[in-house]
Amino acid sequence: MSSPNSRVPALAALATVLVGASLVLVFFVAPEDADQGISQRIFYFHVPIALTAYACFGWGALKALLYLWRKDDRYDLESYVGIHLGTVFGSLTLLTGSIWAKASWGIWWTWSSNQLVLFLVLFLFYAAYFMLRFSVEDGPRRSSLSAVYALFGVVLVPVSFFAIRLASDFIHPTVFNREGPQMSGTMFATFCVAWAAITLLAYVLYRVELAGKRLDLSVRELREALA
Amino acid sequence: MSAGEKYVAAAYGVIFVVLLLWVVIIAAKLTRLERELAELAGRARERRDDG
Repeated sequence: MSSPNSRVPALAALATVLVGASLVLVFFVAPEDADQGISQRIFYFHVPIALTAYACFGWGALKALLYLWRKDDRYDLESYVGIHLGTVFGSLTLLTGSIWAKASWGIWWTWSSNQLVLFLVLFLFYAAYFMLRFSVEDGPRRSSLSAVYALFGVVLVPVSFFAIRLASDFIHPTVFNREGPQMSGTMFATFCVAWAAITLLAYVLYRVELAGKRLDLSVRELREALA
Repeated sequence: MSAGEKYVAAAYGVIFVVLLLWVVIIAAKLTRLERELAELAGRARERRDDG
């Protein structure tokens, strides 16, 4: 039976092709937005990166739940890596969003947008996860505390995601509503390819980081055995 | 280059730099693991030869 890591090189190649195709679609195929002009092209990577950050936090919380249920260290490591990648993608969301805000609204940040503030709260909550995790000694206590914290944080994901729809926020644009995507077919196709590319890229990064962490643990065990 | 183009280049540049940084960190980690593994393999060989 092949391990999940044996597919990683092929998936990494596919992710590279998809990212390349997304860039071609973004810069050479998708039409320019009549309202925002060229700065709207940030949308094609900014939104998939934000959705991937939500997915990573959700994945980390799911693995945390599995850890609390089964007490298997494998789930603790998977939860940690998921949350780590979530914060990487979360920081990219904040950075690209801030640049887009400056291009569109003339400001880097606004505290009056519920979606922006709630995303920042979500990001800071998970950034604090690492402070908690590394302030406790390695062992079952650290794993349990980290898992409980990861589960608490996941509540913020739907709150952050639906904030713009729940509150009357007219600053941050709503592209997807009940009538469907508010963009042309080419723009939507470009968005879908970029979304697939970023999701696959995140999965590859997840598998590579997880393999690195597992290798690290094996080397540590080997060192202890040979001591 | 217009202001809009500069912002788009900055946004995509940030994504590229962060991903590149991630690759550099993972590469550094793999180099460390390779070094540690070689050291442990050497220690295991010494034990086998002694024993």
